[in-house]
Amino acid sequence: MKRSLLTALAALSLAWGQGGELRFCLRAEPKTFHPHKVVDEASDTVRYLTGGVLLRVNRKTQKLEPELATGWRIAADGRSITFDLRKDLFFSDGTPFDSADVVHTMAVLLEPETASPLAEPFRFGSGRLNTRAGGRHSVTITLPHPIGGFERLFDQIAILSSRSAIKEKAVLGPFLISERKPGAYLQLMRNPHYWKKDSHGRRLPYLDSIRLDIQSNRDAELLRYQRGQVHLLTSVDADHFDRLAASPHSGLADLGPSLDSEFLWFNQAPQAPIPAHKRAWFTSRNFRRAVSEIIRRDDLARVVFRGHAQPAAGPCSPANKLWFNSKLKPHAFDKKSALHRLAADGFRLQNGMLLDRHGNQVEFSLVTNAGNRTRERMAAMLQQDLAEIGIKLNIVTLDFPSLIERISRTLHYEASLLGFVNVDVDPTPQMNVWLSSASQHAWNPSQKTPATAWEAELDRLMRQQAAEWDFKKRKALYDKVQEIVWEQAPILYLVHKNVLIGVNPAVRNVVPSVLRPQTFWNPEFLALDGARISQRR
Amino acid sequence: MTKARRIAAIALLLLTGASLFAGWIARHPYQKQYREAIASPPAAGFPLGTDELGRDRFSRLLHGMRISLLLAPAAALLSTTLAALLGLTAGFLGGWWDRAVTGATDLFLSLPWFFLIITVRALLPLNVAPETSVLITFGLLGLLGWASPARVIRSAVRSLERSDFLLRARAAGSSNPRLLFIHLLPNLAPVLMAQFWIAVPLFLLSEADLGLLGLGVVEPLPSLGNLLRELANFSAVAGNPWMLAPAAAVMTFVGGLHFLLAPRSGAGT
Repeated sequence: MKRSLLTALAALSLAWGQGGELRFCLRAEPKTFHPHKVVDEASDTVRYLTGGVLLRVNRKTQKLEPELATGWRIAADGRSITFDLRKDLFFSDGTPFDSADVVHTMAVLLEPETASPLAEPFRFGSGRLNTRAGGRHSVTITLPHPIGGFERLFDQIAILSSRSAIKEKAVLGPFLISERKPGAYLQLMRNPHYWKKDSHGRRLPYLDSIRLDIQSNRDAELLRYQRGQVHLLTSVDADHFDRLAASPHSGLADLGPSLDSEFLWFNQAPQAPIPAHKRAWFTSRNFRRAVSEIIRRDDLARVVFRGHAQPAAGPCSPANKLWFNSKLKPHAFDKKSALHRLAADGFRLQNGMLLDRHGNQVEFSLVTNAGNRTRERMAAMLQQDLAEIGIKLNIVTLDFPSLIERISRTLHYEASLLGFVNVDVDPTPQMNVWLSSASQHAWNPSQKTPATAWEAELDRLMRQQAAEWDFKKRKALYDKVQEIVWEQAPILYLVHKNVLIGVNPAVRNVVPSVLRPQTFWNPEFLALDGARISQRR
Repeated sequence: MTKARRIAAIALLLLTGASLFAGWIARHPYQKQYREAIASPPAAGFPLGTDELGRDRFSRLLHGMRISLLLAPAAALLSTTLAALLGLTAGFLGGWWDRAVTGATDLFLSLPWFFLIITVRALLPLNVAPETSVLITFGLLGLLGWASPARVIRSAVRSLERSDFLLRARAAGSSNPRLLFIHLLPNLAPVLMAQFWIAVPLFLLSEADLGLLGLGVVEPLPSLGNLLRELANFSAVAGNPWMLAPAAAVMTFVGGLHFLLAPRSGAGT
């Protein structure tokens, strides 16, 4: 499959030749160029374009493919993985690549001083990870216990040179940083030692360089795209998309639902400074389900996202081909069922207001981040939907640091509307959300023991799937997790935004994907149609 | 009254009248979402079309003007009153009080007050009704906006202190409160009025600035500030000129005030 794709791309490449400069925008200055310290999207883009990895997730098939490793084997007990490395490869500065570099990379990654977010999954549980070279071209990594899907983590671990004098600046990826003007742009040039060749034996990448302009203003970015000054748009707002897509040769495309989701949750933490009667509402499954059933998710997708979103059933988007539980459907709008559930918990409607069994009017605040028009619109729609069953919703928009302070430290909030950006299809990185002891267990974080039986079951299932390496068994366990979340509704998933991208027609070989980076995940194969570019200049 | 002033007065009257009687003039509730008619152009039922949630833009503009045009002057009155009290007493009494007020004024002027408002807004209780939220926003603007007018008023008091009429009043044995409120205050009226009318558009635009950050008046209440936010998306405005109506309302109001209150040429102050 992959071979045929590459052959086709290579054959097409003969039509436009090599060279040229691809341009697109970063929304902010990269915070770091150390590939193991990446925490922001801009740095991640640079890492992706410059870093060489042992295995690469094919963004189209969502499956792992060999990259610097020619193959890999997972031991029967799931505790170790052995990589066979490619021979005669060189870093961008000419230093050779072998198993010592992989050992060095894992050591740097796990150093506490590196503080790498990539190291977190390897630190799960007790014991130490061991990396051992089995000759110059073989490496075995042994884990203290099996971690489900841990081989996919190697898609993000850029290999560092153990010998290079320029340390992490020596790269194995298709491009390397050649020039940087802070706040303005970043210039990448082709790596002269890049190892990959196309099926005609031509050395990749096709492009000479990539210019990453730092542009935080989306309107300006769109304008530049329309003028042909930038070639790729990695995410487009639904409003802009419809306007631009109307023009011919816009190059815009809706790839369908992304892995990201928009959701709301209620604060159930016992230590939270909220009235006891409100906590009683929020901890009631009937209340949460009633709220979920009164939300018109179809309207949210159609009005707020102009149809470029899908109603969500749970944490896993249908875009996640491997893990999505297709048996689950979004909670449908059902006012009768919602009122029935509320009545079962002693709520009653009186003069258009919902009262609880003690006569308290049902009113709560929903915090979200200020300046995010999409979420503010969603909140306004939720306000009208909830008013149908007499719930008064107060919308509070806060600057982001204040919001994070409230939802993660002081817990001084009642409900929150936020989104989750998912970069990986595997559920293991979500352990920090689903484990009751986790700090990001949004509705009731850092529990000493699970507060409810279903949270204890979530803990058990997530731990079991993380310790399992057989995909079918893991899938069955994670399906159950999704079913519990659907049933208990601790988080009300609302929509999955669609992936909206823009690709200038002059750019060839783009294979759009819903996984990040959606438009340039195969950077070595991207090429430019010179004739078209010259017309635009 | 000059022609320009007459036009300005009529425009302000029309704006104020329309906003006061918004409930009668607008056919649709400002918060009602007509989800089948989102972002539609002007039509019979919707003179300014509908917004992204299908709400009547005309109704939202009228109600938004009512909120902003009532509360901006209220906040201006609050800040001018505070400024008058502090500036008047500091300029008149002098000594340690003058130094304290001047120091506090300098401190307030040096504060990044816009961020201060954001911080204070974040510290307020969450579960407040939209109506309370709007009062809080303008109240904060009023409470934090006294420093600049206080400095002007203090200077005016200092210059009046050596005037003949005050000297005569002192010689006649007038008490300090009498000197302050009977002799000084009436002579400061033009300065106070000017400070008040300067503050009104300033607060109007400050609320708009907060609205641009999503920190002003909360949904579903409209205000000129949150209506102006739509203009941040200039590509959307290009083909839909009716979206400029809130900007036109702000410009008319602020411009009208300037025309109406600017000193007449040749007239002394």
